[in-house]
Amino acid sequence: MMQSEPSSWQLPPAMADTATRVDDAYNFIFWFSVVFAAAVIAITLLFVLKYRRRSGVKSESTARHTKLETKLEILWIVVPTLFIVVLFHKGFSSYIHNATAAEGATEIRVHAKKWSWDFEYPGGARSNELHLEVNKPYKLILSSDDVIHSFYIPEFRLKRDAVPGQYSFVAFTPTVPGEAHVLCAEYCGTNHSAMIADVKIETPEQHQEFLASSGKKPKVCGTPPVECTDEKWGESLFQKNACFTCHGNAGDGMTGGAKSLGPKLAGIFGKPQSLADGTSANADENYIRESILKPSAKIVAGYTNVQMPPFASLTDDQLEAIIAYIKSLK
Amino acid sequence: MAAITTAPGTYDEVDPNTSYLENNKGLMGWLFTLDHKRIGVMYLISVLMAFALGGIFALLLRAELFTKGQTLIDAETYNRAFSLHGVVMIFLFLIPAIPAALGNIILPIQLGAKDVAFPKLNLLSLYIYVFGACFAVYSMIHGGVDTGWTFYTPYSSSDPAHGGVGTSSSVIPMTLSVLIMGFSSVLTGVNFIATIHKMRAPGLTWRRLSLFAWSLYATAIIQILATPVLAITFLLLTMERFLGLGIFDPRLGGDPVLYQHFFWFYSHPAVYIMIVPGMGIVSDLIATFSRREPFGYMAIAMSSIALALLGFLVWGHHLFVAGMSEYATMVFSALTFLVAIPSGVKVFNWIATLYKGSISLQSPMLWALSFIFLFTIGGLTGLFLGMLAVDVHLHDTYFVVAHFHYVMVGGTVMGFLGGLHYWWPKFTGKLYNESWAIAGWLFVFLGFNVTFLVQFVLGSRGMPRRSYDYLPQYEFLHQISTVGSWILGFGFLLLGAMFVRSLLNGRPAPRNPWGSAALEWMTPTPPPPYNFVSDPVITRGQYDYHLATDDELYEGFDDPLLSHKSRKGGVDEGKEDA
Repeated sequence: MMQSEPSSWQLPPAMADTATRVDDAYNFIFWFSVVFAAAVIAITLLFVLKYRRRSGVKSESTARHTKLETKLEILWIVVPTLFIVVLFHKGFSSYIHNATAAEGATEIRVHAKKWSWDFEYPGGARSNELHLEVNKPYKLILSSDDVIHSFYIPEFRLKRDAVPGQYSFVAFTPTVPGEAHVLCAEYCGTNHSAMIADVKIETPEQHQEFLASSGKKPKVCGTPPVECTDEKWGESLFQKNACFTCHGNAGDGMTGGAKSLGPKLAGIFGKPQSLADGTSANADENYIRESILKPSAKIVAGYTNVQMPPFASLTDDQLEAIIAYIKSLK
Repeated sequence: MAAITTAPGTYDEVDPNTSYLENNKGLMGWLFTLDHKRIGVMYLISVLMAFALGGIFALLLRAELFTKGQTLIDAETYNRAFSLHGVVMIFLFLIPAIPAALGNIILPIQLGAKDVAFPKLNLLSLYIYVFGACFAVYSMIHGGVDTGWTFYTPYSSSDPAHGGVGTSSSVIPMTLSVLIMGFSSVLTGVNFIATIHKMRAPGLTWRRLSLFAWSLYATAIIQILATPVLAITFLLLTMERFLGLGIFDPRLGGDPVLYQHFFWFYSHPAVYIMIVPGMGIVSDLIATFSRREPFGYMAIAMSSIALALLGFLVWGHHLFVAGMSEYATMVFSALTFLVAIPSGVKVFNWIATLYKGSISLQSPMLWALSFIFLFTIGGLTGLFLGMLAVDVHLHDTYFVVAHFHYVMVGGTVMGFLGGLHYWWPKFTGKLYNESWAIAGWLFVFLGFNVTFLVQFVLGSRGMPRRSYDYLPQYEFLHQISTVGSWILGFGFLLLGAMFVRSLLNGRPAPRNPWGSAALEWMTPTPPPPYNFVSDPVITRGQYDYHLATDDELYEGFDDPLLSHKSRKGGVDEGKEDA
């Protein structure tokens, strides 16, 4: 996988057709602004220096310039109006272009929830990373399970809110193989900033391999890749689903040096857990499975119900792998 | 001049040779005062306290972002801190700062009036503001809010205590606080419109009105028309959160985007409530410190009105990626660009005013020039966000954060500080140390640019706003920004110390320390309770430097013979030799 060069010092690498059109408009307004701001500042400083208060020198009355005044007012209303017509046109034409999906675009359903992304491909494969094939047109259908999120890939210059109760769309064609990120751009609660998914733009062969393996136990998994055991696969699923966001790395119950939002997972397997309602439950396979699929069913004492989203999209194979991984954590 | 009587029967009971500070001393004399200047000073103290609180939140945020991951506070505390920074700065500071504090103190004097049209309403507005602020404090004691100052639904309205998906923070007291303070804002607006229409001194025609007064007039129109919409919106939000009434939450059959339309229908015009009075101050400062009538006076005045009206038509640009029809985005984008025209008209006219002026770089003028530079950058980066395709990339990133800080701090706060420095000697009767003022300005100006210039780059590189944590490639720029916030904070401390020193042992201020031709400098310092020793009759405009004498212009107006003990009349001395 190659990482493409940044478009400029102020823009991330352009990795989709949509990015090029935005960058053209961006660079235009950027240089327009630089020239304009420099002119305003330079003229102001020039006047300030040239007309510094000196003893015996009076200011000139503005009243002397009434004819010139009218002309100038018209000038600096008309000229900026012409500029903004151009700016509006540049912004709008690229926008409409980017809002239109290409014929025969592959549709991917994007489910946003606190605080992860879930991608559903044609044919039913699902993943928490966005796998795309280079040079193939896509249309993404966004929805949200809870609050408003915003789907944002800086490398594609694309952003669209995922609003609960409705669908929204983004369309693009990735042009460069490599990696990018889906970020959440609309504040959505405690772990908003950790709501990140990897984007992998793959060659057709790599992409076929992904589609074939997704949902089923892959041949290799982990970093560095090794032959897949349930534990290893569970570990990579734990990473891909960003479970560490709330449960800490390797489920150690710590994030950034503080107690994590979700309960500690390491070392709990087979031990009784005291629950917030005063009862207790044994942390066996069913307990873990239930906690993944119906997170609010049992709340561990000392934690609040922060509305962990149900990970209903996980297959039985995947759930077993995650259970095996949690079992292995000490 | 019997036409102007604000408090019948009391005008004669007050000795015009005492200042408003000496008259009716004691706590009760302040708490129950109907004097616009005292009410303004109490507003000023309140908004400065709010500014300090908002500033502490800001420094906390920047410190947390210094390193990736947890630096000082956890994610939940961070989310509350940025929300409270926004709520406090916008609703408790920016909106009342210029109109209610400085406007209250200066506007009636600039009009040659004894007071505002409805002095009791004025005092009521202050108490409503304080009452509203109490709700905000109550909310903060109960953990504050983590919704951002925008309170987007359903996050804000869907209470997990009732099985919802949103926040469990104390949203209801905070929105009620904003709702209550809205009434205060409306009352100030009503008062100013009536005052400007009915209380102008004889001879003070509309064309002789100060540009600050014009800007307050434009602001008052927005305050009256827009604020009720926010009140309704927050009532609906409260009803949804508290009673489960389905308005915005799709799980209850509501529409979350509807909330955004309602919210921005107020909150975009509110941007002009904040910036337009700042522009008014800058117009006055540039005239005074260039000793020149503002070039294009009517154009500047009318551009304030144009901004006030256009401000109502552009709310949709906050929803470009929220799911509006393509036609709506097109219309809102076009209308948004129109705002650039009156903004440009102001900047061009200010610069033209400097041309062949007699420019003095005293501290208030430094703030005015900073306003021109920073507002130009803030305005131009607004064009980026008006361009639809570019906005899709920059929306909700640090680019937007930098843009509105250039407008709100680079604009409003610079204008506010310029006005505070400019009118400080008038209403406190004390001079401040000019070297400290210039040093403070230098730190604030530098610190501000270091903090926010890099945020444009962070945003264009894709860093989303309201984020506790970030990808490693953003760390270096965040560190520059945080260092900038320390410089900025130090600058404000310096200014605070300077003003305190001025109050404690500042030299007494002369009547007209800046040599201005404007009406507020024609009355004693500090002004008497009813502003003028006798009712002023206006015979020339506020900016008619060409009608003022050489002595007035080059020696300043602080002739010891005109000190308020021995003064006879109102404005006329400034005019005698013309």
